[in-house]
Amino acid sequence: MGDVLTEEAGPGGLAQLGGLSRLADDDLRTMLLIRHFELKLLDLFDRGELSGTTHTCLGQEYVPVALAPLLAPLDHVFSNHRGHGHYIARHHDPHGLLAEIMGREGAICAGVGGSQHIHRDRYLSTGVQGESVPVAAGVALHLKNREVGSLACVYIGDGTFGEGAVYEALNMAVLWRLPLLVVVENNGIAQSTPTGSQMSGTVRGRAEAFGAGHTRLTSLDVNELRTGLRPVVDLVRHEHRPQVVEFVTHRVGPHSKGDDTRPAQVLREARSNDWYDLYAAAHPEHFSSLDAAQRELIADIAEEVAARPLSTWEPPCV
Amino acid sequence: MRVADNLNSALHELLEHDPDVYLLGEDIADPYGGAFKITKGLSTRFPGRVLSTPISEGGIAGVAGGLALTGDKAIVEIMFGDFVALAFDQIVNFASKSVAMYGKSLPLRMVVRCPTGGGRGYGPTHSQSPHKHFIGIPGLSLYEVSPFHDNRAVLREMFARQEPCILFEDKVLYTRHMYDAGELFKWDVDRDVARVYLDDPAAADCVIIAPGGMAHRAMAAMRGLLLEHEVNCLLLVPSRIHPFDLDPVIPHVARAGAAVVCEDGPGGAGWGAEVAHRLHTALWGRLARPVGTVHARDCIIPAAPHLEKEILVQESTIRQTVLEVLGG
Ligand SMILES: Cc1ncc(C[n+]2csc(CCOP(=O)(O)OP(=O)(O)O)c2C)c(N)n1
Repeated sequence: MGDVLTEEAGPGGLAQLGGLSRLADDDLRTMLLIRHFELKLLDLFDRGELSGTTHTCLGQEYVPVALAPLLAPLDHVFSNHRGHGHYIARHHDPHGLLAEIMGREGAICAGVGGSQHIHRDRYLSTGVQGESVPVAAGVALHLKNREVGSLACVYIGDGTFGEGAVYEALNMAVLWRLPLLVVVENNGIAQSTPTGSQMSGTVRGRAEAFGAGHTRLTSLDVNELRTGLRPVVDLVRHEHRPQVVEFVTHRVGPHSKGDDTRPAQVLREARSNDWYDLYAAAHPEHFSSLDAAQRELIADIAEEVAARPLSTWEPPCV
Repeated sequence: MRVADNLNSALHELLEHDPDVYLLGEDIADPYGGAFKITKGLSTRFPGRVLSTPISEGGIAGVAGGLALTGDKAIVEIMFGDFVALAFDQIVNFASKSVAMYGKSLPLRMVVRCPTGGGRGYGPTHSQSPHKHFIGIPGLSLYEVSPFHDNRAVLREMFARQEPCILFEDKVLYTRHMYDAGELFKWDVDRDVARVYLDDPAAADCVIIAPGGMAHRAMAAMRGLLLEHEVNCLLLVPSRIHPFDLDPVIPHVARAGAAVVCEDGPGGAGWGAEVAHRLHTALWGRLARPVGTVHARDCIIPAAPHLEKEILVQESTIRQTVLEVLGG
């Protein structure tokens, strides 16, 4: 048992050796766009310009970017509370998302949903942990019967493995051979609780218990990740074999805003795994040629969106 | 035709005519055909769309929500209505909220069927009437099976609402006959509400409002009141119990000046209180007495028949309440 625990326990550890490979411009641009979007949100919060709450994906931006070209327009994507990166990687629409979060004209969902409740085309996020896994299974059931070749992809965190809904859905998905891809962003923590304090056993053990495939990816290198992901996504899409893909990733920022209680050493480890710094070190010219531009782009977007009129909504009250 | 057969044929018809309809539930496949046999024959005729599921009420409600999200129509059978508690999150936080929370209306055609109520000695966890827990949830409509409403039309209407609906099915109804108000009474339907009356609905001394599962107890009470007390009642049985359209009800209650609302669950903070309050508001000053409410005693439902009887609403409870409201 000890072996399994050490092998699979949380991400932690030091930065990878070997450095990151050079990214395509578009991939790097998207990752930087998400990074600066998230940093801007924290900044806007600090200045009292945002209400409610938000969960940034700082450190995890590469996950949806790695997946993006492997998902087709007719695939469904289900996201969770930490979904800005998922949305931007899919729809490249920082304006609409920021307007949604700020309750401004042009908001994706008229400002009703806010940061955690987004629906656009075949993308949907909601704020109750685990809830969307059975829903994604239902969508996958439809796809299997009516739209062969499309899949449902659902993002969850490691903490969400505490929810029974995840297991009910996995069971049905494998039983009925549904095209369901479960993407686990295992960032080693759920709000304030380290994975080791809330999960017995492993994600792999849980997936395999249901007969679902499991792939554990520790790399931060988008090119390498894609190579690993492609055959796994194909298994879901073409053979209807549900897969759990576990990204060992690193939450570099707070859970929401200013609520990070992790010890300094843990934070240091997370930061030492930040793709942003690692990429800047590995490809300084490529990085700096795009980074400043994306930062400015987000600054302009934020200014423009903040100046828009408030969003309007007609409540469907009886 | 028994109510169970009407429901069964309604499901057959729906699945036959609409290839987008799915039915999910535990043990619903043939030859078993569901705990109450409502789904008999369906899995044989529509194998890919009638799915017997694991024991996962929350999970299957979620799968139904996912199907609905793609434009399909999904029906979930909860084996015993008590277990719908396990699907509360999917019904309330996903399906009902999603109709509106994405800023524009998102049609979700989904029906959760719940066999409810006691009278069969199944005991506390298999006899509940969970209606009150679902009343007042935006984006969720509640219906109850009645012996006077054709379930084909009811199912069609629920899907036409494009929002999640719960269909409560009082288990005691399954073996009852459709469209039978007994020899003494006539019945007809006005908008959503079935009316049971002696000769003239406008001649009633008191109006009894009861969902389908209580119709037979209410009719038995009406008969006793008429024959033994010369009290003439009009029974109104809605199909959709929430939101409840009072329009067909108000004129009758205004005319009679007296009304009793019946429900099978424990009283207070429930359907009866809600309907009574709305009647008071609409007819303040025109009612001779406060609207009477009939409900189960505020207690779990025991298994032994003699104990169960003490807790659940009986014909005599309704009769007594009508007499009290009429000042007798
Ligand atoms: C059912 C439910 N319980 C609790 C919460 C509050 N909550 C929001 S995020 C979160 C932590 C989730 O952890 P994890 O799944 O690991 O994802 P991460 O935040 O690390 O991305 C919690 C407890 C919630 N949104 N839903």
